[in-house]
Amino acid sequence: MKKFRPDVDAPVWKGGQRPYDIIKEGAIAILVVTLLTVLLAVVFGSPDDPAITIKKWSNVAPVDFAQDALSQLNGTSETATYGPPYNHASVGQELGPFSIAKWIGVHIPIDSARDFVLYPLESQPPQQPLSSALTQWNHASSGTHNSWVSDYTKAATSMAFTNGKLVVKAKDAGPVPVMMDSLLSMARSGAYDQALVSQKNFYTTNYTLPLLFLEDGNYLSTVATQQHLTGSQWGMMNETGNYPGQAWLWLYTFWYQIPPFSSSGNADILVWGVMMLLTLGLILVPFLPGIRSIPRKSRVYRLIWREHYRN
Amino acid sequence: MSYSEIERQWTTRLRHRLVKVLPPEKLLPDTQPSYVASWIYVFGVTTMAALMVVIGSGCILAIGGPQWWHSSSVGHFVNSLHLWGVEIFFFAMVVHLWGKYFMAAWRGGRSLTWITGVVTFLVSIGTAFTGYVSQSNFDSQWISTQGKDGINATGAGAFFNVLNTGQMLMWHIVLLPIAAVLLTTVHVLLVRKKGVVPPFEEMAESPA
Repeated sequence: MKKFRPDVDAPVWKGGQRPYDIIKEGAIAILVVTLLTVLLAVVFGSPDDPAITIKKWSNVAPVDFAQDALSQLNGTSETATYGPPYNHASVGQELGPFSIAKWIGVHIPIDSARDFVLYPLESQPPQQPLSSALTQWNHASSGTHNSWVSDYTKAATSMAFTNGKLVVKAKDAGPVPVMMDSLLSMARSGAYDQALVSQKNFYTTNYTLPLLFLEDGNYLSTVATQQHLTGSQWGMMNETGNYPGQAWLWLYTFWYQIPPFSSSGNADILVWGVMMLLTLGLILVPFLPGIRSIPRKSRVYRLIWREHYRN
Repeated sequence: MSYSEIERQWTTRLRHRLVKVLPPEKLLPDTQPSYVASWIYVFGVTTMAALMVVIGSGCILAIGGPQWWHSSSVGHFVNSLHLWGVEIFFFAMVVHLWGKYFMAAWRGGRSLTWITGVVTFLVSIGTAFTGYVSQSNFDSQWISTQGKDGINATGAGAFFNVLNTGQMLMWHIVLLPIAAVLLTTVHVLLVRKKGVVPPFEEMAESPA
């Protein structure tokens, strides 16, 4: 006879049965849960802080917007240096010898200067001095582009916004001052939001570009910090206001709070690696000696089945 | 038409197979073992009831469309129902999961029941996450921009772009709910087939 394994096998139940109305149980559960849900919805409601628009951001913090746009033009923004799936600027995060993101490659190609600066400007109706500036830009070599942008970037350390205009004391930046000022005007009017979303299409539901642009600036994270939503404050498991949010993500966000994850440049893939291992372990609990014995050895089951054991 | 011809039909064979695997008295039982007497058993059916509330409120939100709840007080209330239905769903599911762990509910050939339960939990997390990034408000802006890095790091971001709101909404209202409902159905049918795991017995007589 096969040996009985208490953490794998279950005894055959030879005891009594009791009446059980499964349909009635289900109906009562639905009624109670529905009433509880209605009660919670009436008492607490749900949060709905409006989305940040680039129009609002560029009016509240025009220099921050312009610095973000400049970082897209000079290739120093987070998006411009991200790597896969957006570009080849870096290898992306690595788990030991595994560069999974790099192996899978660039599937959402983004050229930050083109997509965040040049295309939006070109989508505008012809107007001076922007049309001349774009013509000058399009007829110059990439070396000249780099020289202009470099000169503007150096001068932009003391960027200011005065009388509705960007003030950057660049000496040899070619058309860049006009382009940046036009982009800011475009943003402050709301046209930049639409240009990033539409990408020359009528219908769209893809917000990749505006969300990346927002994230590259400081305004989104400033608002998030005020709402206690940042990574050091348990990050994306929270939502605005005093709501539970995605509390079930606590273990995922927990790892970001402690070393070595909190200080690693590969934190995301390390945390995902740990969570994948733990998840696999949870799925395979029935087959893991030791882990599957804890319920029997801890005797918590005696609380659950206390009536059975009492009888 | 002969009797043997009917017996050879796919439909007839499938019906015989289903009745054999899960006879009606197991599928819709009117009795259960006397040891099934604890509050912990409530959380399984509570999870399913909450799932129904979540699906029902989600269907009402779908009627008005993705932007409706921002501009309508009725829509906002339905969104609140959806949110709190989800919170109850996860609360009940986690308690159910821990309860089943401490019962060692995989015993007696019930490993697949445990596995389908855990996978349903994981799919539910994905469903909730895609819902949060599809809200089209500040929360979805923040959560999607923060969540993208982890998914991009695994390489999955190349195909599962959390910044693509349309893609996330489709996953949230079509693909993941279908997976969650199918997995829940399989999970419940396995529970009905195998029955509720009996208590530990120090003097067990024989394996199931």
